[in-house]
Amino acid sequence: MTKSLLAGLALGTAFILSAPAYAQTAEPIQIAGSSTVLPYANIVAENFGEVYPDFPTPIVESGGTGGGFTQFCQGVGSNTIDIANASRPISANEKKACATAGVTDIQEVKFGYDGIVFASAASGPDFALTPEQVFKAMAAKIVVDGKVVDNPNTTWKQVDASLPDQPIQAFIPAENHGTREVFEVKLLEAGCEASGALEGFKASGMDEDAADDACIQVRGGNFTTDIAGDYTETLARISASPQGIGVFGLAFYEQNQDKLKVATISGVTPSVETVASGEYPVSRPLFFYVKKAHIGVVPGLAEFVSFFLDEQMIGPDGPLAAYGLVPAPDAEREEFRKSFEAGTTIGL
Amino acid sequence: MTDATLRSLPTAAPTSAAPPRRDIGLKRRYGAERRFKAYGIAAVGTGLFFLCWLLYTVISQGYTAFWQTEIRLPITFAANIVDPRGTGNPDMATLQRANYPKLAQDAIVAKLGIDPADRGAARDAAALVSANVRAELRDVVASDLTLIGKTQEVWILANSVVDSGVKGQFDLSVEESRRPLNDRQLGYIQQLEQDGALEQRFNWGLFTFGNSSRAEAAGLGVALIGSAWMMLIVLVVSLPIGVAASIYLEEFAPKNKFTDFIEVNINNLAAVPSIVYGLLGLAVFINYMSLPRSSALVGGLVLSLMTLPTIIIATRAALKAVPPSIRAAALGLGASKNQMVFHHVLPLAMPGILTGTIIGLAHALGETAPLLLIGMVAFVADYPATPLDASTALPVQIYMWANEAERAFVERSSGAIIVLLIFLALMNFFAIILRRRFERRW
Repeated sequence: MTKSLLAGLALGTAFILSAPAYAQTAEPIQIAGSSTVLPYANIVAENFGEVYPDFPTPIVESGGTGGGFTQFCQGVGSNTIDIANASRPISANEKKACATAGVTDIQEVKFGYDGIVFASAASGPDFALTPEQVFKAMAAKIVVDGKVVDNPNTTWKQVDASLPDQPIQAFIPAENHGTREVFEVKLLEAGCEASGALEGFKASGMDEDAADDACIQVRGGNFTTDIAGDYTETLARISASPQGIGVFGLAFYEQNQDKLKVATISGVTPSVETVASGEYPVSRPLFFYVKKAHIGVVPGLAEFVSFFLDEQMIGPDGPLAAYGLVPAPDAEREEFRKSFEAGTTIGL
Repeated sequence: MTDATLRSLPTAAPTSAAPPRRDIGLKRRYGAERRFKAYGIAAVGTGLFFLCWLLYTVISQGYTAFWQTEIRLPITFAANIVDPRGTGNPDMATLQRANYPKLAQDAIVAKLGIDPADRGAARDAAALVSANVRAELRDVVASDLTLIGKTQEVWILANSVVDSGVKGQFDLSVEESRRPLNDRQLGYIQQLEQDGALEQRFNWGLFTFGNSSRAEAAGLGVALIGSAWMMLIVLVVSLPIGVAASIYLEEFAPKNKFTDFIEVNINNLAAVPSIVYGLLGLAVFINYMSLPRSSALVGGLVLSLMTLPTIIIATRAALKAVPPSIRAAALGLGASKNQMVFHHVLPLAMPGILTGTIIGLAHALGETAPLLLIGMVAFVADYPATPLDASTALPVQIYMWANEAERAFVERSSGAIIVLLIFLALMNFFAIILRRRFERRW
């Protein structure tokens, strides 16, 4: 028995040692953060590994924007990550945490835009939405005839006669996603203001803050469901209940066009072109943050960032745009590169 | 029962000529037994139903991942592209940078008989080939430099949308703009298929490639190696510690409040959520001991901590199952306590210990949560050469692929689940064989 056990161990070891020769040697660049930025970072990391064989392929961890900053702000040194991916700018609290841990020189790099879209099952009716309609369908309280009431709408048709006669059921990103903030600001708040509900809330005796909070308060129940997982979960929910409508990233929608149908917002169909031109209103910039102290210490870090910002990556014909990144205008891309090369750090 | 007997006695005795039958509640008792059996069968049946459902969904979605669409192209390794300086013996850096996608594009355009001046058609045709062609053709040339300037038939990976399209995973009946393959590309695919130049071949890459953002070139290689490293570390670290701890606690330690306290703690630790071990690993191994992030070493150590309680509990149970007569006989014949344990008790308990260890290892193999915090839930493309290099693990790979947007990753995550399930089944099967063959009954 001992013999067979030893043989098994030897076999296992042989299997492990048979790993191909092109293995890691130096310390790779370590990246963590937003799951929205993750696929883009993966693509760049992979191409970087191919173009620069002297450097190991960077390691890209997932974990969300917040999780990425937590790791990023743990300190400076070989066991801390070099780059944090983010789908929103770094917050004041995160800056404070970084400063406390000695991460003082941080370079903010913007590299493109991401569109946020509403999409429903491909077999269902078309949706042409406005922020006002989104607010009236999903807010917990709306203003009817100057009075603040609990949202009475149960079907889209009740919200607006032009919309399909089907029950309101929306799958929206949960609070842990950076996407939620964009959804709240660009759709709920905008709709709240456009529909006059903000004025109505204030008129009913709410102060400024309470009125703002009421604008982004969603109804819950069967009407809105928070999705804490990824877009794949939202897609699975829509496949299970085809009457639902879900919030997706533009890239995710483009990869699944045979299953999903996109809704227009204020008459504009979301696409790389309309987001880039600013015509489509619901979009946000994507970032990554680099520890300046690690540049020149971690092999290949400066090269990696330059490669990321290179025209062949973030340009309109690059692989990131092919995946669904909305490229920034030419002049702005040039600015991203200049700002990184100048070594500008953010104020803490 | 006694009540029933008492009541039935007086009525039955005087009237009937036949010998009185006591009502001993047979019917009721058989009924209870039948009901209990039915509950049992229902419970097992429900379990089996869900198991079959799980296996059905995983296998029906995942079996296609083991086949991969490839295209056979006569590639001309033009000297001016592969070896632009004309040295005849290009170094690795030159080979690395050569424009292989151009070679593949020229080959497919020629193969399909497209006019090279028709840029749109050429671009559509080139899009059928995977972007991974760079690495594939580089490896071909690097292994045989005499190919430069010659033409050779090479099987290269098709793009993942072609693969998904051929496998029927896209709804190709929707209008052209809503699907990733246009009508012209579908025509090309058909043409290649009729030529026998496009077919589904066994997907060795699924087991050898590292992770990739291109679905067709994404494989489990790094995850398999990472998982293997971690299992080895778990075995080497937790088996000796676990067995030593249980032998001491079971055979040598006095029974007092302190050992009771330790026992309660071990049982408690076995039930601690695994993410807590990840937090511990982050604090101790990475932040305090400065071991490298994302490495299989840290992963293995964290999983060892997680597996220890399982091994200790299984080992103690195995030691307890050895009858005291063995110990008494050994001591009676003059063996020391040490000799008694290592010559008699431990060998008899070994099958139980190994079974417990394998079950603990199988548990560790399927664990993702503790790896999240030590940076192993990551995109890792390069093979780890040592346990100190960054790597990932099988369940992590499944999790990462399940979150990808592309259709081709759906079958791949199910395919990876099948691989993981096969490993788990093999380990549990091995545990059963060990128990059957070496277990002693008294």
